[in-house]
Amino acid sequence: MTPSEGVGRGMESVLEMLESLLALGGMVLLRDTVEWEGRSLLKALIKKSALYGEQVHVLGCEVSEEEFREGFDSNINSRLVYHDLFRDPLNWSKTGEALPGGPLEALRALCRRTDPGPVTVALDSLSWLLLHLPCTTLCQALHALSRQDPCPGLHPEYVMLPSMHYISCPSPGKQVRVLGLLHEELHGPGPVRALSSLAQAEVTLSGALGQASAHILYRRPRQHPTHQTQRFSILPDFSLDLQGGPLLEPQPQPDPHTPPVDPTNHLTFNLRLSKKEREAKDSLTLPFQFSSEKQQALLRPGPGQATSHIFYEPDAYDDLDQEDPDDDLDI
Amino acid sequence: MFPELNNLLNTTPDRAEQGKLTLLCDAKTDGSFLVHHFLSFYLKADYKVCFVALIQSFSHYNIVGQKLGVSLTAARERGQLVFLEGLKSAVDIFFRPQEEPHPLQFLREANTRNLQPLYEFVREALKPTDEEEAAWRCPVLLVDDLSVLLSLGLGAVAVLDFIHYCRATVCWERKGNIVALVHDSGDAEDEENDILLNGLSHQSHLILRAEGLATGFCKDVHGQLKILWRGPSQPTAPRDRSLTYQYKIQDKSVSFFAKGMSPAVL
Repeated sequence: MTPSEGVGRGMESVLEMLESLLALGGMVLLRDTVEWEGRSLLKALIKKSALYGEQVHVLGCEVSEEEFREGFDSNINSRLVYHDLFRDPLNWSKTGEALPGGPLEALRALCRRTDPGPVTVALDSLSWLLLHLPCTTLCQALHALSRQDPCPGLHPEYVMLPSMHYISCPSPGKQVRVLGLLHEELHGPGPVRALSSLAQAEVTLSGALGQASAHILYRRPRQHPTHQTQRFSILPDFSLDLQGGPLLEPQPQPDPHTPPVDPTNHLTFNLRLSKKEREAKDSLTLPFQFSSEKQQALLRPGPGQATSHIFYEPDAYDDLDQEDPDDDLDI
Repeated sequence: MFPELNNLLNTTPDRAEQGKLTLLCDAKTDGSFLVHHFLSFYLKADYKVCFVALIQSFSHYNIVGQKLGVSLTAARERGQLVFLEGLKSAVDIFFRPQEEPHPLQFLREANTRNLQPLYEFVREALKPTDEEEAAWRCPVLLVDDLSVLLSLGLGAVAVLDFIHYCRATVCWERKGNIVALVHDSGDAEDEENDILLNGLSHQSHLILRAEGLATGFCKDVHGQLKILWRGPSQPTAPRDRSLTYQYKIQDKSVSFFAKGMSPAVL
């Protein structure tokens, strides 16, 4: 089954993850971390491409050819061409075995291949290339690599990027798929977003509780970007084992069966008033409110008012003067 | 070597793995006990050891090695150990004629900011000679440590390229091992060190990370060791990939125990 047939069937069934990633064409960006490595997923995608009958070119910067081919059977290995940038990328040994021109020339040489048929190019890894090449050069090379345009003369991008070196356009009808592995922690947000803008699909690897999961962002042309999250594990022969079901949420959800707690239950004071209590409250005069009844009550001693006596025992030094000192006040 | 650490890593000197890069890192504590462990481990395992020691002098490693049961002097004399004493060579380089290549050439030259001379030194040191072919099993490169190279003015990419070439020669071509120590600056926001640490972590098969306790210093528990096995997907259960233990360093050994199970606390 070719990828295009798979896309046609996609309306009825949920596409398997690798198929849907490969069906888009263009660039697929795999973002991994130290804890959740992405090379296994890259090899799983390569295996799937090879099973479709495509030829796979691998620009290998981080692992040796033997280590990369490990786990693939001979059928897949025969379709895999490994461009070795691991052994001597910077030409330190000067034996002439290194790829001429270094990493940039090796990348541009991939654009200039002339073999027919659909081709997958795997870059292991984009992080290595990003550490050794300027970001703009790398992005231009990737853009040229993943372009599927059959008519170079009329393409508007030649006008937009006048400083671009001459990079030959692939021959008409050629479909190139680019798989790039990027180690997220090594780069700042700028280069990562620049590479991500070139990608038609972006897979961010993470996981929880020992289970790897992939968060996939699809950027299909003329559609809104769509998200999908999928738990998976990679088997030793690099086929994918999808674990369905919802992702385990790390935070616990509140139980919907317990009713919300009413804070006004079981209080030691009364929050509500009965009608009689409300009337009594409204008719109460406040102690410092001076009304006319209160004035009269103060001026006249009331019937039940107790008289008070003052008992005075003078000391020897007290000056007993019967005169009232306030007599001379004229009120 | 510390037998308890061997048990945790599931290795013995007889059946050590080959072609592996082991990354040692420490955060808020001193991880040099791991360097001493691997140095004595590989000497006892009859490996040919090339030790690029940039931090301490030869006598320091020798004294600690004697406590762990290996004599570095004897190993150097019988040709098992090639020792680059960074502290001494760094001074020597200024008193030699400039034409002679020196492993720490970058200290003298302003424009060549790569470690190719150091790589050539390592390659020469671990090159198999005929009479040694039968004597030593595999080569191993030990570096203590890589963060100091950043302090000496090299960029993270230069150090990563050096380890890349060492991996190609020592791990892949000669089926040997590499053990390197990198300090983790933690909150210090050292971008170059972070690139170096993360870049090496992605290339490593085994990461041993010694951390200080989050709660501060303690007399009975000196720190915490996190062990992370990386590599292609293994058929073993994912639970085995990462372990955490606490440790206490004693005079001649290090004891490891599960978190919270220190003998002083139980």
